[in-house]
Amino acid sequence: MYAPRVVTHFERFGLSDEQLRGMLHTMLMQRTLENRGFQLNRQGKIPFASASEGHEAVQAGAAMAFERGRDILVPYYRDLGLDLGIGLTPYEVLLSLFARAADHSGGRQFPHHYASKKLGRFTISSIIAAQTAHAVGAAYAIKLREERGRAVLTTFGDGATSEGEWHEAVNFAAIHKLPVVLLCENNEWAISTPQSKQMAVRDIYKKAAGYGIPGALVDGFDPIACYGAVRAAMQRARSGDGPTLVEAKCYRFLSHTTDDDDRTYRTREEVEERRKDDPVPKFERFLLENAILSSADLEDLRAQVLAEANDATDRAELMPYPLPSDLYAQVHAGPWEPWQ
Amino acid sequence: MAVASPSKVMTNVEAVRSTLYDALKRDDKAVILGEDVGNRGNVFLITKGFIEEFGPERIIDTPIAEASIVGIAVGMAMEGLRPIAEIQFADFIYPAFNQIVGEAAKTRYRSNGEYTCPMVIRTPYGGGVRGALSHSVSVEALFYHVPGLKIVVPSTPRDIKGLLNAAIEDPDPVLFLEHKRTYRLIKDDVPDEYFTIPIGKANITQEGTQLTVVSYGLYAHQSLEAARKLQDENLSVEVIDLRSVRPMDRNAILDSVRKTHKLLIIHEDNKFGGVGAEISAMVAEEALFELDAPIRRLCCPDVPAMGYALPLEEEYMISTDRMAEEMRAMVRF
Ligand SMILES: Cc1ncc(C[n+]2csc(CCOP(=O)(O)OP(=O)(O)O)c2C)c(N)n1
Ligand SMILES: [Mg+2]
Repeated sequence: MYAPRVVTHFERFGLSDEQLRGMLHTMLMQRTLENRGFQLNRQGKIPFASASEGHEAVQAGAAMAFERGRDILVPYYRDLGLDLGIGLTPYEVLLSLFARAADHSGGRQFPHHYASKKLGRFTISSIIAAQTAHAVGAAYAIKLREERGRAVLTTFGDGATSEGEWHEAVNFAAIHKLPVVLLCENNEWAISTPQSKQMAVRDIYKKAAGYGIPGALVDGFDPIACYGAVRAAMQRARSGDGPTLVEAKCYRFLSHTTDDDDRTYRTREEVEERRKDDPVPKFERFLLENAILSSADLEDLRAQVLAEANDATDRAELMPYPLPSDLYAQVHAGPWEPWQ
Repeated sequence: MAVASPSKVMTNVEAVRSTLYDALKRDDKAVILGEDVGNRGNVFLITKGFIEEFGPERIIDTPIAEASIVGIAVGMAMEGLRPIAEIQFADFIYPAFNQIVGEAAKTRYRSNGEYTCPMVIRTPYGGGVRGALSHSVSVEALFYHVPGLKIVVPSTPRDIKGLLNAAIEDPDPVLFLEHKRTYRLIKDDVPDEYFTIPIGKANITQEGTQLTVVSYGLYAHQSLEAARKLQDENLSVEVIDLRSVRPMDRNAILDSVRKTHKLLIIHEDNKFGGVGAEISAMVAEEALFELDAPIRRLCCPDVPAMGYALPLEEEYMISTDRMAEEMRAMVRF
């Protein structure tokens, strides 16, 4: 039996032990499924995979602040942990990786571009910052219908804040005090472009001042702090006090995607250095040290995650591809002739 | 005995206004967003008084930010509203290209039908109003290449009402292009009752046997006028007002060409890669051996824009006389 050595008192923002273990589950699942994506790609079974290693803490924390069945999530492409955290299943993830017919997009989109009304998860493209305006439009609808207690959570990278569309959307949200939380997952890189070439400031949350809304900074490697920051912002939004820009500073440990090689633009030393703070083992240690989890529990949790991931992989792989004729479906409501 | 249903004579701009007004009255999910649509009531006064009646929550004066006017409307549409976004002039639509082409038109497709984007983007377009480089463009060819987007180009008050109603009802995004020269020029009877005209159905405005003329927008009127002149010379021209450029009424065009065996396409947008190019290709593929003469396109020239100075604008635009001349030449070919 693992005997806890240090019992630290920490701000837990009302999170129960079970919720804390749930967050670790999401983080482990996210990492496992993304490793699975890279493996499947190396095995030649899927053409492409992307990863969010380093984003687990911010996403598990933010997802915990999302009210299922009520809030709306408008994420970007590097948000698998958020999707899992709001209820997406590993099987749905594998359908997406394998581009099967039963995938949310019918096998049309890159992995992790889910769309589910049941989950309150908007469809997105891969176009940087295009989703920010959609989140703001949805928040406008919530406000117009006076649906107090609902909010929109939208995410984006550091690079996305350079886009004009991002600026336009944030400005509009601020003018109308819309119920939307703008969560920036600042991983310091936009493919090969460092933050210093993306903007002249270090702190993205400070941009909030330019729009007349509050900005908040949070350690993106600390899931509990991220939960606290996003929850506070969501509550502010839900009670009609308007948008908040939250910046979670994290890091991208892997290459941008399987088609990228980060050795071409950043040193191994830099990555190694940041790895020392890897939020997943750090959170495991934290839960062990605070006796929220025993080492036996942890072993069980890891085994359970792996079993779920394996099962999802096996089942999804057996599922059929879309039919060639599916290419022609869902262009418009009703039938569509190619020349029309 | 049939009783004529009540109707009113109105101009094109009045038809846009009254149709929008009815839509806002009918459905509280309908909202209008755009630049100066509120207190000013739109630069053509289309929405004048709306803000007082429907409130600033539904008549939204936006910042000058076209990409987000459309992008926010996309999010509203996905969340159950019926946004009617306005781009003040078609010339300002370019910043919104990404949201129209990459987002609105692909919402249904990329989510396999889970989310849809029922929205209308209205914008005044077209020249002949001394609008110079940035207040006179035609943009249909930039968008009609895009599957997933419907593009309507009505020319009469009745068509505006029926097609705008259809666009607002449509479960998918519709780009609604209003020729601004026709706004106050064209006047006609419009039934009071609610009705729709299916998007993708052309209107044969004059039947004829010797030549098919396909046009839309302002030139639908001028080509009809030219064809009527030719009647006095005993020349019989069939005139088709497309009303929608996508979906396009291929059957109306093909049926007509099979009857007249000659095709002339007239549009204000420049020729290269324009709507006429697509129609020509379609007819060449489907009905080449029906043709007794080469297909001709009478289009505005391939220069960046019409000029502000009167001679530059006149040189750009196509006169009714030139249309008649071209028709004569083709009938006699
Ligand atoms: C409009 C647009 N431009 C360029 C790209 C190509 N692209 C994909 S991801 C990316 C970097 C984005 O960086 P950031 O916003 O920081 O998010 P991260 O990937 O780091 O999470 C770029 C340039 C794109 N998808 N969309
Ligand atoms: Mg980044």
